[in-house]
Order: sequence, then structure tokens, then C-alpha cells
Amino acid sequence: MGEPSGVGRPEFSNVVGPQLEYLYALAVRLTGNHTAAEDLVQDALLRAFRGFPRLRNHERPRLWLTRVLTTAFYDRLRDTREPETVSVDEDFDLFDKIVEEDPFPYSDRIHLDFLELFDDAKIIEVLQRLHPAHRAAVILAYVHGFKAREIAKITGAPIGTVLSWLHRGRKQLGRELWDYAARRGLLRSREEARA
Amino acid sequence: MINCREAVERLWSYLDRNLGRVEERELEAHLGLCRHCCGELEFARQVRGLLAKPGVAVEIPPEARVKLDAFLKRLGESHE
Repeated sequence: MGEPSGVGRPEFSNVVGPQLEYLYALAVRLTGNHTAAEDLVQDALLRAFRGFPRLRNHERPRLWLTRVLTTAFYDRLRDTREPETVSVDEDFDLFDKIVEEDPFPYSDRIHLDFLELFDDAKIIEVLQRLHPAHRAAVILAYVHGFKAREIAKITGAPIGTVLSWLHRGRKQLGRELWDYAARRGLLRSREEARA
Repeated sequence: MINCREAVERLWSYLDRNLGRVEERELEAHLGLCRHCCGELEFARQVRGLLAKPGVAVEIPPEARVKLDAFLKRLGESHE
């Protein structure tokens, strides 16, 4: 399986092992299911193993491992011939939609009420409906806290492309949050509330 | 002065600190006068908070953990 070695270098498993939970969680969010996540993590571990001799900072391997796993994810996207981008509804605005539809007529905090409909599992479900490239950017930025320039470094994409992914991902996210809530019957119409 | 549409387009980039200084100042000037866009800004903050909730925890199922640990061990042993 290769031959990374070196005197005085920490063991691969000692550096990567403590990051397994993190890698797995990222993989589940990216792929949307545990089977694909396990497969992606294995792929990432193999790639990381091969690249380990070139890793300089063994104390903080997380950014490097994020890059390895995300690259593996994007390589898979290319293999599935997913369209590079999709059109998004630029006119949809979730904040305004909630005001217009007023699903919580007796509330004075309707936007918070709306967001409280979503627990962790629902959020992961909604994220899966985003285009994979947009989803990865949104997850890296807003779940894992990476800056746009770090995402550009992780993915190897130009910063302009990353900003575009984030913009489209956010637009899609707003639409999908609303559609998810509507589809699951989480919203009451004004008529129902008045009845 | 930028309009509401332009302001709303910039809100997430503002929170992400991805705006240039001029764009940021234009937005802040607009926010100083527009309650609607201040509401949008607060909502964008809340959506970000929802995504970043520490509670969004994903645990490795035990069977997957066993497999991944074994895979990691095999990799580690392969260069000993």
C-alpha cells in the first residue's frame, strides 16, 4: 500500500486516528448517507496515507485531512458527471416568503419559529437537496467554519467560483428549507390557523 | 445609496467578511436606514447559527467504527 516512513515522524494512525469522528461527520454531511460516508472516509484515509510523508504540520492535520476528503468527494462528483452547476431561483427570498405566507399568525417571532422546525436530522436532509458542489461549499463554510479562501485552497477552485457556489448554495438552501417545511406539512396555512 | 435587493444580496458576504470596504460601507449605510434589511440580516445570522449548531453531531456507527479502525491499522502496519 505504499511506503511512507521516516525516523522520528509520528505514526500515521496516531495523527489521523483522533480525526476519524470529524472526518466521518463531514463525510455524512457531504454524501447524505452512512454507507457512502464510510466509503468516502476509506478513500480519504488511503489518499492521506499516500500523502502523509509530505505533511509538515502533524500537530494540526485537520485542514489537510479536510482537503483530502473534500478532494475525494469532488473527484467522485466528476465521475458521476453531475452538472457543474444548476440554475437557482434568484428571486426567492426565504425571509420575505415567511412574511408573505405567515405560517405562524399568532407569533411575533415567525422567522425564529420557522427555523425551530428544523432539528439536526432535518438540516442534514435539506442539505442533501443542494447541488453537491454548492452543498460542499456551504457545509465547509457554515457547518465547519472555513473561510472562502480556505475553501478555495481545499477544493483547488478559484475564489470567484467558491463565492459563486456559496451564493447559489445559500439561495438553494432558502428555497429547500421552505419546500421541505411545506412538503412535510410543518406549516399551517392562514386559513387553517383561523379555522 | 444601494437598494434593498442589492443590500440583501450582500448580507451573507457581509457576515462572512467577504465584502470589500466600499461595498461594506454602502451596506451599512443602507442598514442604518432600512428596518426590513436589518431583519433580513438578523435572519441570515440565525440561519448561519442553525447550520453551525454544535448539536449537529454525527457519530460513527459501531460497525463502521470497527471497519475504519481496522483499515487505519492496516495502513499503519503496511509500512512497518
